Amino acid sequence: MEFLEQLINGLNLGSIYALIALGYTMVYGIAKMLNFAHGDIIMVGAYTLSVAVSTFNVNPGLSIIISMIVCAALGILTEKIAYKPLRKASPLTVLITAIGVSYFLESLALLIFGSKQRKVASVITMKPLSIGSFELTGESIVTLGVTIIIMVALTLFINKTKTGKAMLAVSEDKGAAQLMGVNVDFTISVTFAIGSALAAVAGTLFTSSYGFVGPYTGAMPGIKAFVAAVLGGIGSIPGAMLGGIILGIIESFSKAYISTQLADAIVFGVLIVVLLVRPTGLLGKKRMEKV
Amino acid sequence: MALLEVNGLGIKFGGLRAVDDLTMKINKGQLYGLIGPNGAGKTTVFNMLTGVYAPTNGGFTLDGEALAGRSPIEINRKGIARTFQNIRLFSGMTVLDNVKVGLHNSKKYNVFEGIFRLPRYFREEAEMDERAEELLKVFGLEGEKETMARNLPYGRQRKLEIARALATDPKLLLLDEPAAGMNPNETAELMKTIRYVRDEFDMTILLIEHDMKLVGGICEELTVLNFGQVLAQGKTSEVLNDPEVIKAYLGE
Amino acid sequence: MKKIINKKNIIAAAVAVGVYILITVLCSAGLLSRHYQSLLVPIGINVILAVSLNLTVGFLGELTLGHAGFMSVGAYAGCLFTLYSDLPTVIELPLAIIIGGAVAAVFGVIIGIPALRLKGDYLAIVTLAFGEIIRSVITNLDALGGAGGLKGIDKSSGFTSVYILLLITVLVSVTLVDSRHGRAITAIRDNVIAAESIGINVVFYKLLAFVSAAFFAGAAGVLYGHNLGILKPNTFDFNKSIEILVIVVLGGMGSIKGSIISAVIITLLPEVLRGLDDYRMLIYSIVLIAIMIVNNSSKLKAAKEKFIEKIRSGNTPAKEDA
Repeated sequence: MEFLEQLINGLNLGSIYALIALGYTMVYGIAKMLNFAHGDIIMVGAYTLSVAVSTFNVNPGLSIIISMIVCAALGILTEKIAYKPLRKASPLTVLITAIGVSYFLESLALLIFGSKQRKVASVITMKPLSIGSFELTGESIVTLGVTIIIMVALTLFINKTKTGKAMLAVSEDKGAAQLMGVNVDFTISVTFAIGSALAAVAGTLFTSSYGFVGPYTGAMPGIKAFVAAVLGGIGSIPGAMLGGIILGIIESFSKAYISTQLADAIVFGVLIVVLLVRPTGLLGKKRMEKV
Repeated sequence: MALLEVNGLGIKFGGLRAVDDLTMKINKGQLYGLIGPNGAGKTTVFNMLTGVYAPTNGGFTLDGEALAGRSPIEINRKGIARTFQNIRLFSGMTVLDNVKVGLHNSKKYNVFEGIFRLPRYFREEAEMDERAEELLKVFGLEGEKETMARNLPYGRQRKLEIARALATDPKLLLLDEPAAGMNPNETAELMKTIRYVRDEFDMTILLIEHDMKLVGGICEELTVLNFGQVLAQGKTSEVLNDPEVIKAYLGE
Repeated sequence: MKKIINKKNIIAAAVAVGVYILITVLCSAGLLSRHYQSLLVPIGINVILAVSLNLTVGFLGELTLGHAGFMSVGAYAGCLFTLYSDLPTVIELPLAIIIGGAVAAVFGVIIGIPALRLKGDYLAIVTLAFGEIIRSVITNLDALGGAGGLKGIDKSSGFTSVYILLLITVLVSVTLVDSRHGRAITAIRDNVIAAESIGINVVFYKLLAFVSAAFFAGAAGVLYGHNLGILKPNTFDFNKSIEILVIVVLGGMGSIKGSIISAVIITLLPEVLRGLDDYRMLIYSIVLIAIMIVNNSSKLKAAKEKFIEKIRSGNTPAKEDA
């Protein structure tokens, strides 16, 4: 039974990582940058939700939508202000800037909400499901369900809609896409908006499972989700899903069977091994530099 | 024996044969041209000759030594140096330092001698300065030795790249479109410089070029590539009058 | 021909000795409050960390986010050595510094050989991961004191020892950069493919920069432990690495002088601006973003260069600065 329980835990955690990893992977695919601040969007989403629900008594469903809108707007804004001027700069520059944005969001949250973690009531009211002696929490059911729905919707969006195809085109070749009449700026904005809205959803699910939010809540899940994105193959959407789930399961089993403290070390160890053995990840494509 | 012998050299990217069955011989001291329409595979040939790509078929020898598939570093040390179509200078370094990096392997002082400023450091650094300035003089760049490479005008950046390649003391120099972006006056001057380099350094030069005036003016022999295959080969005057070549260039 | 004894070097030596004398005199005359005296060691350690990180970030052009990890490895190695040895301090401390630096350098080689094959973002993340792994492993090792920390270390280091290591770090960095080896490192930063094409052993020189940086970070860690008397794994988290990165970026990547000045300012700032402590991190982050954008946005860059040119043409034509 414990094995099954840990598997469900892992799937639960992995789904959240997968949702965050999607944001990383989409942005990396299109803007060719590692948005280090992506994890902090989760934190912003969780705070927004918590403020809406407990301070303004907005109903939970609407609060989630507000949180998604706030995060999407924040995503677009950071891209326009911090990243857009650096489109032609070196990856080093962009990464340092993204670290700066991450620090900015964290210290802003620290100023507004203080360092004490804020309690967040779960917005998921579903009753646990019992199968024999085994209990599946409402949070787990909703997390898994929501993640599956989002994955399907996102895949359809990218492959079937004009904007989605524009995203694919920009990720292949920005210059060529522009020549073919794709509005590159708009496409990049949409990508940041979708990625950030997904982070808001992940933030909701994360805090519903754990019950607290603090200024640094997003940092660790953010980094681990990046590990998931790399594991799956950065730039690949199915890769992000796969990587997230695998990573969640590894973490959950490490905590249960090896050591709680060493779980993070194991997760990062996985990253290092993957990058050394197969730097393009499980489902990633290889790129050749033009000389 | 020819200095460079290329035998059936070819490379496939996925299913595409970018270069197929290239065979050519370049003798010591020759000025040899590799020409062809855009996308014919010329730069790909350079990339194989310098170890950036490993060929999938055939090979090549320099002075009788097989070098195909070796690393760029090894190939440079064996005596092939190159310039790049899209200039690749060390843009944040001075003009002088760009050439001095080229002289890197000609000197022997080790990390400790460098850090602790032992006598060999001073002696070899002085030798490097002297040699680098000589090379800069060949290209008329001695007045700009303290300028950042990125601040040089385009034409002079191309020259600096040649100087840097020469600093590695190669047997064979590969120039990838050396006249690109130059005006007719600059091109004429460049032709003189290339000939001077050949004579003064006893250099063998293989160059890719689109400027037919330059090719006709200085190259003794040519190979014409089209769609990765040899279209024509031989004496410059004959090749340039070959109807097949004219057709490939002008289209039908 | 270059000479060791020239005007520039004499001035630099005079400044180095002068600063030391000035601070010692200020301390013994009681003109520097106890509080500011306690900051001298942290300042010096941050200078060492920043100057050494600059070797990889500024000169090699590779972003590493695990500098605190190397610092901790060195710190633990050096402090364990003094805990178990019975030598007089004059011999023990320098030995500990060398051991700490060497162990960090060995880790640098172990991490660097595989990691330096990766480019840009990936290298940054791998070094970050490495730093976090080190931290969680140390936290779980009872022999190293675990999360509670390694206690009872001799408080044998002070301003003088830190200042000496600082001078050595700066000197080695300056001479390394201005040698054929340093030029090879900078060439790799500017264009790897071109560097290979002229026969530069890219792997070796990447590793040289990486390992030198690790060595000095480890050595600084040893002095840090011997100043505080205790080592806690959480001091060396990812935020410490970022703090040093901020110092390097603010001081100017590839500028050793800049790293020194910036390390002094950033370490002093929270003390000077006590009331603004809450805003400190916010200000850092804004300045960091602003510097990146101003230095790299093509539009702003052109405007900046024009502005500089204008100033220059007003004065005598200045030399291109390196």
